[in-house]
Amino acid sequence: MLRIITPVMRVIEIPMLALQRLLGINRLAWVFLAPNLILFGLFAFLPVILNIFYATTGSDNVLLSDRPYVGARNFVTLTDCGNYLDANSCREDKFWRAVWNTLWFVTLQVGFMVGFALLTALILNRDIRARGFFRSVFFFPVLLSPVVVALIWKWILQREGVLNAFLDWTGVGGVNWLVQADWAFGWSVFISVWAHMGFYTLILLAGLQAIPRDVYEAAIMDRASAWRTFRRITLPLLAPTMLVVLVLALIKGVQTFDEIYAFTGGGPGTATTFIIQYIYEEGFAGAPRLFGLAAAASLLVAGVLVVLTLIQLWVNRRNVNG
Amino acid sequence: MSRLWSFLTATRGRDRLHWTDWVSYGYLIFGVLLMFGPVVWLVLSSFKSPNELDRFPPRFLPYAQETLEIEGFDSPLLAFIVTEGELTGEVVGQTRRAAGRAEVVLPADPETRIRIPANTLAPIEDVAFATENYTSLFERFNFLQFFWNSTFITVMATALMLLVNSMAAFVLSKYEFRGRTAVLLLVIGTLMIPQTVVLVPLFLIVTEMGMFNSLWGVIIPGAATPTGVFLLRQYMITIPDEILDAARMDKASEWKIFWRIIVPLSAPAIAVLAILAIMWRWNDFLWPLIVLTRTENFTLQLALNSFQGELQTDWPSLLAMTVLTLLPIACVFMFLQKYIATGIASTGGK
Repeated sequence: MLRIITPVMRVIEIPMLALQRLLGINRLAWVFLAPNLILFGLFAFLPVILNIFYATTGSDNVLLSDRPYVGARNFVTLTDCGNYLDANSCREDKFWRAVWNTLWFVTLQVGFMVGFALLTALILNRDIRARGFFRSVFFFPVLLSPVVVALIWKWILQREGVLNAFLDWTGVGGVNWLVQADWAFGWSVFISVWAHMGFYTLILLAGLQAIPRDVYEAAIMDRASAWRTFRRITLPLLAPTMLVVLVLALIKGVQTFDEIYAFTGGGPGTATTFIIQYIYEEGFAGAPRLFGLAAAASLLVAGVLVVLTLIQLWVNRRNVNG
Repeated sequence: MSRLWSFLTATRGRDRLHWTDWVSYGYLIFGVLLMFGPVVWLVLSSFKSPNELDRFPPRFLPYAQETLEIEGFDSPLLAFIVTEGELTGEVVGQTRRAAGRAEVVLPADPETRIRIPANTLAPIEDVAFATENYTSLFERFNFLQFFWNSTFITVMATALMLLVNSMAAFVLSKYEFRGRTAVLLLVIGTLMIPQTVVLVPLFLIVTEMGMFNSLWGVIIPGAATPTGVFLLRQYMITIPDEILDAARMDKASEWKIFWRIIVPLSAPAIAVLAILAIMWRWNDFLWPLIVLTRTENFTLQLALNSFQGELQTDWPSLLAMTVLTLLPIACVFMFLQKYIATGIASTGGK
């Protein structure tokens, strides 16, 4: 490794030294920052601005110069609904189905995931033998790629899969899991919890272990019941970590795409189509490519994410300060 | 209720196992089964022959029917044991089977062909790990190409990201200059712009730069990450300034200070970031899905996803490919587990 890296670094040193002589140390800072800032500019900030242009123009051309200005028409198309609670009454019914699916999904997924992560963290925080082993067992699926997670479970859940074999054996009888909308949705929530729970367990466990032992010892001296100790000590002291976990889980939940797309392809019908898949399909998978609608929908998602991220930053800051 | 909570909250063990300990261990062992079970099942299944995969209900271990090499026959015969009639208990090789009757021979007497009802024959099977699923990947699919694409993207993107992010982190932690706060805020700002919400314009920019359907189109847009900059900066702040001053006294250039002092001293943080980057890039899906549309450019993840659509029934190849895709990550996990855990806990994910 070093044999490749060292010569490269030596070569970079020549222009960097020249620049240092030319600009002085303080202005050299910008040279160090330049690659990062250029990348951020090109691939993060510029796209945000362009997104607004895309959202306000029509047609299926990629080049902005070929796209006629349509004002707020894309947003109107997206939000033209007789009744927002009923996707069928909307002009862009697929969008609203995706929105409602995403809301349901995020609620269930975040609820179950944080609940089980907390339970697991509390158990791992007890005086458990082989804690390291158990912790890594729960963490292991976090590393698997979304497609691999989807295929592992698809293989188990397929019509002649091992789960149906087991159900046949017990006499309950198999179900065609991924063909029935409700089951497909339920399993989507399940595999998502399965794949990501370990990550939040880890954060919550770190939070639990940061609670000083002597607080608990004081509680024992005062003969506080276990329930009271949990309510009055563990829960309040864990609250900041819980908040971090909740917000992070929400941010990621809203962006769910990969594993469910590989798992169900959004189906059956649109039962497991979420908002990012809607954007992907409008903009890239279908023909004509409706970049305007995709961009308008992205802006709506971005709005939600900005609010969530601001909450996250505020929570982090409060935790650090205090 | 209060018992449940005492079970959940007790932190000190006693000499003997309390019932709550039993419940805890029960939960954890159930967790092991639920988390590892599916992966074990996948790996075992990938070693099954196509016939065995079609079998319902499936068996836990991969089996294959034994064969007999009998003189006078060019290819080995399938081995059966006879369950009824005169030959009960004898091992025979089957030469033909039609309409419920089978023609068999005894290994000791290959000349005489015996006809018996097929339902009196039970196959002799043994645990056997079939590797054809794996070998066929290399013959029938462009597996090595996908593997190379994934590896190239992962290695290049990780190297680029480490260099670019550590340069920025160095300056942001060790320099006092006008605009530093502004840059920090800018970096925080990018936290709010995940790739998922700028797909359309990102696609335009990458296409305009000629990187559509090129591996670089996947590598470059993700090279600068706010997470990486913050992770490294937090670590570099703890390096004492005196070391830098001493190096400057010795007339070391700033680049040399960065490369010879800062980078080696931040090795632990860089290692953590490297592992995270490898993981993110190897598992990346949505952006490659948009940029790479030609099969020869596919990464492993894209290939896996497209084959499950095309070859709905070709589970043998798909299973083997899934195992090979998760293998590198499983290795990383086994050897660097501790770093990953601390890395993820300290950055809060991506």
